[in-house]
Amino acid sequence: MSQSVAPVLEARQISKRFPGVVALDGVSIALLPGEVHALVGENGAGKSTLIKVFTGVHRPDGGELIYNGSPVAFGTPLDAQRAGISTIYQEVNLVPMMSVARNLMLGREPRGRLGVIDTARMYGEAERILAGYGVVTDVRRPLRTLGMGVQQMVALARAVAIDARVVIMDEPTSSLEPREVETLFSVIRKLRDDGIAVVYVSHRLDELYEVCDRVTVLRDGRVAHTGPLAELERLKLIALMLGRDLDEVRTGGLTRFSRDRRHARERDGAAPAVRAEGLTRRQVLRGVDVAVWPGEVVGLGGLLGAGRSETAKGIVGALPLDAGRVLVGGLPLRTGSTTAAIRAGVSLLPEDRKAEGIIPALSVRENIALAALPSLSRAGVVSDAKIDKVVEVFMRRLRIKAASPHQPVQELSGGNQQKVLLARWLAIRPKILLLDEPTRGIDVGAKAEVQALVDELAEEGLGVLLISSDLEELVEGADRILVLREGAVVGELSGDDVTEDKIMASIAERGAESDG
Amino acid sequence: MAEAVAPPGRRVLAWAQEYGVYAAVGVLLLFNVLFTPHFLDVANFRTQLVQVAPIVIVSLGMALVIGTQGIDLSVGSVMSLAAALVALYLGYGAWPALLVALVGGAVAGTAGGALVAYVGVQPIVATLALLVGVRGLANVLVPQLVEFRNPDLIALGSSSLSGVPVIVVIAAVLTLLMAFLVRRTTFGRQVVAIGGNRAASELSGLPVRRVLLLVYVISGVLAALAGVLATARLQASDPTSLGLFIELSAITAVVVGGTPLSGGRIRVLSTVMGALLMQLLSATLIKHNLPQSWTQIVQAVIILAAVYATRERGTR
Repeated sequence: MSQSVAPVLEARQISKRFPGVVALDGVSIALLPGEVHALVGENGAGKSTLIKVFTGVHRPDGGELIYNGSPVAFGTPLDAQRAGISTIYQEVNLVPMMSVARNLMLGREPRGRLGVIDTARMYGEAERILAGYGVVTDVRRPLRTLGMGVQQMVALARAVAIDARVVIMDEPTSSLEPREVETLFSVIRKLRDDGIAVVYVSHRLDELYEVCDRVTVLRDGRVAHTGPLAELERLKLIALMLGRDLDEVRTGGLTRFSRDRRHARERDGAAPAVRAEGLTRRQVLRGVDVAVWPGEVVGLGGLLGAGRSETAKGIVGALPLDAGRVLVGGLPLRTGSTTAAIRAGVSLLPEDRKAEGIIPALSVRENIALAALPSLSRAGVVSDAKIDKVVEVFMRRLRIKAASPHQPVQELSGGNQQKVLLARWLAIRPKILLLDEPTRGIDVGAKAEVQALVDELAEEGLGVLLISSDLEELVEGADRILVLREGAVVGELSGDDVTEDKIMASIAERGAESDG
Repeated sequence: MAEAVAPPGRRVLAWAQEYGVYAAVGVLLLFNVLFTPHFLDVANFRTQLVQVAPIVIVSLGMALVIGTQGIDLSVGSVMSLAAALVALYLGYGAWPALLVALVGGAVAGTAGGALVAYVGVQPIVATLALLVGVRGLANVLVPQLVEFRNPDLIALGSSSLSGVPVIVVIAAVLTLLMAFLVRRTTFGRQVVAIGGNRAASELSGLPVRRVLLLVYVISGVLAALAGVLATARLQASDPTSLGLFIELSAITAVVVGGTPLSGGRIRVLSTVMGALLMQLLSATLIKHNLPQSWTQIVQAVIILAAVYATRERGTR
C-alpha cells in the first residue's frame, strides 16, 4: 500500500468543542482503502469524539470531512451508514430477540411474490454469508442465545454486507475469547484485502501490532503521531500515548525493573491492612494479587483496560468475581458485598464520579453524610447536630467550596465534587481507601489539594491504593507500584525503581515475555 | 455546571416546581369561596376530605416507591384484598380483622418488593402482575359484596374526633409520619439516595435491596389500611370494585405534587396537595354543572403542566 492511493475518508483539521472542553483540536487523519488503521490514545484523548464525527453522531465545529474525494457532512448516523461508514461498537448493536438471519438481513430481506419475505432464501443466504466469516450456526436461533463472539461476527458481517467502505471497530475484542479473536483477525485481514479501510480502536498493544498497518495516536484532542505501526517501537507508542519523552524513557532501560518483590513493611512481619488474592473474572481479571500495608500508598499502573478499576471494584465487592478472596486484617471478607467491605473499613472512590459517586440532586451535606448515616443517627432518626458537625469539619479540612452545605452537589465544580466524595469516606474513618483516578477532570488547585490529602492520610496510617493514568502522579504519590496488563500483575516497582520510565517499560513488555 | 444566574424563565419554572401545586390549590379554593354557593359549609368540607383520604394514604406509599425510581401498580388490588380479609376475619372482632388485612398488605408488598429488589424485575412489571393476581385472590376470598354490622368497624369509617372524621385524622397523621420518615430518618434519606443514584448508593455501602423491599412493604401496608378505611366507610366489603384505578389517582397526586418519576426526590406534603387539588378540581366542576368528561380533560391538562414543570429535573 503506497501513500499515492487516495484516502477513502479523510479528516482535515477537525475541531470539536464541548462546554468546557476542547475534545478535538485540529485533528487530521487519512484512512486509505485496504489498510487497518489503529486509533489509540488514553481516556479523554478524543478517540470517541473522532469516531462520532466520522459516523455522523457529532458535527465538527471546524475543519472538514472528505469522503471519496468530496467534502461531506453527515447529519445523522444513518446518513453515514448509508454512505458506507459502518461502526461496530463494544456493545453489539443488533436486535437480540430476533434470529441471526433476520439481524443479518434486516432491511434488505429477500422477498418473494407479493412482497412477502422469502424465509427459506433468507436463511440460506445468511448461512452462506456467515460461513464466509468462519461462523457455522443455526441462523434461525435468536441472536442473544449465541456467544458474544458470534454476535460480533454477525454485526461485522452485517456492516460489510451493506457495502461498507469504512468499518470502524471500537474495542471489538473486549468480550471475545482468544479463539474468537483469531477469527475476528482473519476477517479483518479479509476486509483489508477487499480494499476496505478498517479503523481499529484497542488498548491491547499485542493486538494492534498483530493486525494493524498504520497507527494514529491521539492525545489531548490532537494527533500526537501518525505513521506505519511496524516501525514504531512499543515503548515509543506508550510514550506517545502517555505524553512522555522517549529519551527519558530509554535511559530508564526496557526490562531492568526490580525483581525484588519484598517491601520493607513486609519484612517487619506486620500484616497488611488489606490483601487480595487471586482476583479473577472472565475477560477482565486474571488472578490479581494486591496487598496494602497501613500507611502505605500502593499505585496501580497500566493502560486503560488493564484491569485497574476492576481490581479496585473486586476488592470492595462491587464487581462479581469468579475466584479469589479479600482479607482485611487477616479475616476474609464476604464476597460481592460492598456493605461488608465498608464495614470492614475498605472504601472505594470510584472513577466515574457522576455515575457512581455523587447523588446529584442531594445537597453537599447529605452527600457527605451518606455512608456514615447509621453512625450519625440514633434509633434510625438522623441527628442534625452530629451531621452538621461532621460536615463542617470536612468542608473546612478539605476546603470544599460551596455556597452552603445545602447546595445541591451537582452545582459544584468537579474538584469540589471529588472532595465531597472524599469527605463521604473520611467521615466513616476507613482503614483502606481505594482511589480510582482521584484527580481526573478536576482543576489544578484541587488536584494538588487532593494529592496532599492522600499523603496526609497515609501519614496517619491509612492504607491507600491509588489508581491513576497520570504517571507523574503515580510516581510521586505511591511508595510501591504494581503494573497491570490485560488483567494481570506484570510488574512490581518499589523504592528507587518507582519511576515513570520503569512503569512504561513494564507496560511495554510483550505479553509472551511476561508469561515466562 | 454551576450557573451563576438562572435565566428568568427558568426561575419561574423552578418556582412552579416548588410551589405550583400549593398555588393551584389556593387559587381553586379562592375561586370556590367566591363563586360556589355553600362551599364553605362544614358538611361540604367533610365530604371532600373523607373522599380524598384513602387516595392520600395510598399516595404516600406511592410517593415513596416513585422516589426510588419505581412504581406500585398493585395498590388498588391490595385495597381490595384488605377489604376481603376484613370481611373474612370480622368474626374475631374489628381490630384482629384490621391487623390481618394489614399483614395481607405487607405480604403483597413483600412479594412485589422481593421481585424488584432481589429478582431484578422491573417495578412496573412486578406490580402489574400483582395488580392482576391480588385482585383475583381477593375475588376468590370474597366473591360478592358483603355487608356487615360490626359497630367498631362502622365507627372507624363514620365517627369523628372533635368534629374531624377519623379517616381524615388518620390520613393527616400518616402524612406527618411519612414526612418525618422521609426527612428525618436514616431509612428515608437512604430511599432518596438510592432513587438519586443507585450505583453510588451501592458503592457507599447502603443496604439497597433491603431498603427497596421495605419501600414496597410500606406501600402495601398503606394501601391495605386505605382499603380497610374505605370498606369501613362503605359499611360493606366489595373486593370486586374497591380501589379500581386508584393507582392512577395516586400516581397523579405524586406527579402533580412535583415528585419526579425519575426518582431521587420525595415531596410528601406536595403529594397530599396534589391529591387535594385533583379532588377539589372535580368537585368544583361538578358543582358548576360541568360534565365528568370536562373534569377528565382538565385533569389531563394539569398532569401535563406538572410533568412540564418537573421535566427539568429528569434531564441532567
